[in-house]
Amino acid sequence: MSQPSRISMLETMMLIRAHEERLAANAGGSPGTCTAVGQEAAAVGVVRALQPRDRILTNHRSAGHLLARGADPGRLMAEVMGRADGYCRGKSGSLHVSAKELGVVLTSTIVGGELSLAPGVALAQKMGATVPNEGTEPGGITAVFFGDGAACEGIFHESINLAVTWQLPVLYVCENNQWQAFVRRDETMPHEQVRPWAASHGLPAVSVDGNDVEAVFAAALAAAEHVRSTGTPYFLELITYRTRGHYEPDDQAYVDKEELARWKARDPIALQRDRLLAAGELAPGELAHLQQRVADSVAAAFAFAQNSPWPDARELLTDVYA
Amino acid sequence: MQTITVNDAVGQALAEEMRRDLRVLTFGEGVATNRRDLLAEFGTQRVRNTPLAEGIIAGAAAGAAAMGLRPVIDLLFAPFLTLSMDAIMNSAGKLRYLSGGQFEFPMVVLARTGAGWTVGGQHNHNLEAMFVHAPGLKVVMPHSTADYKGLLKSAIRDPNPVLFFMDMTVGHTPGPVPEGEHVVPLGQAAVPRAGRDVTLVSYSKSVTTCLAAADQLAQRGIDAEVIDLRTLKPLDESTILRSVRKTGRLIVVHEAAAPCGVGAEVAAIVGEKAFAALKSPIRRITGPDAPAPSSWMLEQAALPQADGIARAALELVGAETVPA
Repeated sequence: MSQPSRISMLETMMLIRAHEERLAANAGGSPGTCTAVGQEAAAVGVVRALQPRDRILTNHRSAGHLLARGADPGRLMAEVMGRADGYCRGKSGSLHVSAKELGVVLTSTIVGGELSLAPGVALAQKMGATVPNEGTEPGGITAVFFGDGAACEGIFHESINLAVTWQLPVLYVCENNQWQAFVRRDETMPHEQVRPWAASHGLPAVSVDGNDVEAVFAAALAAAEHVRSTGTPYFLELITYRTRGHYEPDDQAYVDKEELARWKARDPIALQRDRLLAAGELAPGELAHLQQRVADSVAAAFAFAQNSPWPDARELLTDVYA
Repeated sequence: MQTITVNDAVGQALAEEMRRDLRVLTFGEGVATNRRDLLAEFGTQRVRNTPLAEGIIAGAAAGAAAMGLRPVIDLLFAPFLTLSMDAIMNSAGKLRYLSGGQFEFPMVVLARTGAGWTVGGQHNHNLEAMFVHAPGLKVVMPHSTADYKGLLKSAIRDPNPVLFFMDMTVGHTPGPVPEGEHVVPLGQAAVPRAGRDVTLVSYSKSVTTCLAAADQLAQRGIDAEVIDLRTLKPLDESTILRSVRKTGRLIVVHEAAAPCGVGAEVAAIVGEKAFAALKSPIRRITGPDAPAPSSWMLEQAALPQADGIARAALELVGAETVPA
């Protein structure tokens, strides 16, 4: 991996963090926003390993995936705030953002909904060689992001089983963030990891440290290559932690403070920053420059979103039917 | 005109649309096993068996549709739809809107229902109104053999998700179907019998019952008009209103239960838009608010019957001249 990409992964993680914290601070203006603060390495490491022809399905914690894919922060914030300049013209809010132009398709906020849709997207990709369809490009794969909560839905098994039996190019990316809404993961699952469930379906299944962006990137590159070259699915689990609440605002009174502190000590952004500083690949002055650029970008995005008009009331009934 | 069964009409529609459009594919429980003619002609990519898992069948269809394919999925029996509700209602029905129109979901869901095979409430449940209530979906429920073909072809060509309900008991019933291309637009009711005195609104095989009731009424000098809705969403309001403004009397007949059903919707529309034309109260003759029984005797008791419809029509007509 070249130096610019290591630094650029750090900068994208910083952007995601600042973006989500800005929205969280504005909880009154974007209520119900679900952040993935603490999980930035998972989003950046995987999305950077994908290609433009790949398609992404995500869930209610989608800002990291979208920003890592190159989403415009202003349009994304406008969407979360219900404004006309958002990617879905304000109709999605934070919970179902898709951006066709970025290949981020079909975000479902029903936990597991993205798992239900992913095999069909991959089927269209697989059939694209003989059946022209507008939504896919030759050689593309489908990456679907979900959490340990979704793995407790029955559709998790239905989805993987279909992708295995139909030999579909799906990269299953499980962000195991230890929380299922307000319930601890260890209350709902017999295993520490989701991987054993996936592996029982007979596909390659790997778990890696989801807070180490370089480890995630390397694992995701290998996983995507497997899916692309074989046309068959792969399960990649990223062990991480949701350090903010289920949604904004959430006082996290239900969270063990020592556990939270332990995970914050393994913050993915600090990990990558300190690694680059220690290696001499990033000078303190450059870091300050990155921090300023991120702050400026988020401030500009927030101003853009605030100044974006509300959708016209007539939009209420558009887009229901084609 | 050819005389073919409903099953053959559905098979013809599928084959013709798959020939016409490479993007059309079909999958579901036993689809490749049972539609061997389609498998032979179109191959294993476009005609597929699936695991017995309705959630992922419908989800895969929605995902494929969003990318530009046109899946037709067979979920066998209508109660099984409850296992696929997330994909149909939350994804296919809503994500066009929630994405600001970025994606479309051109897919068709086939499901069978209706009394007559004594299969009981977990195979027979006329739950079409649940889907009428869901935004973004269309709902089709044909009566005539020709409509099974013509409406299915329109459903496959439609850019929206369409629920296509088939009565399980009519599959082997032969009927006339025009030769060659036969397409029936969605959203247009049929009037299989015109009349002046009372409007009988129905759909699916209850239309047959209404036509039998109309024959009985004709012997009593009552001229009933029978409307076959064909599509429950979008609903052809103008055909209903035009008829009620002419007859002044309305009976809605369906196998589904009454609460919040299609009959309630039709009655409400007429109450809102043609109240002044009504000469008598609106009546609904429906299946009971109970699970479908398996016993043949009980199943028949649950069905709207021609005698009951005719009796209700006579009461409505009589109510005008003989004050209670």
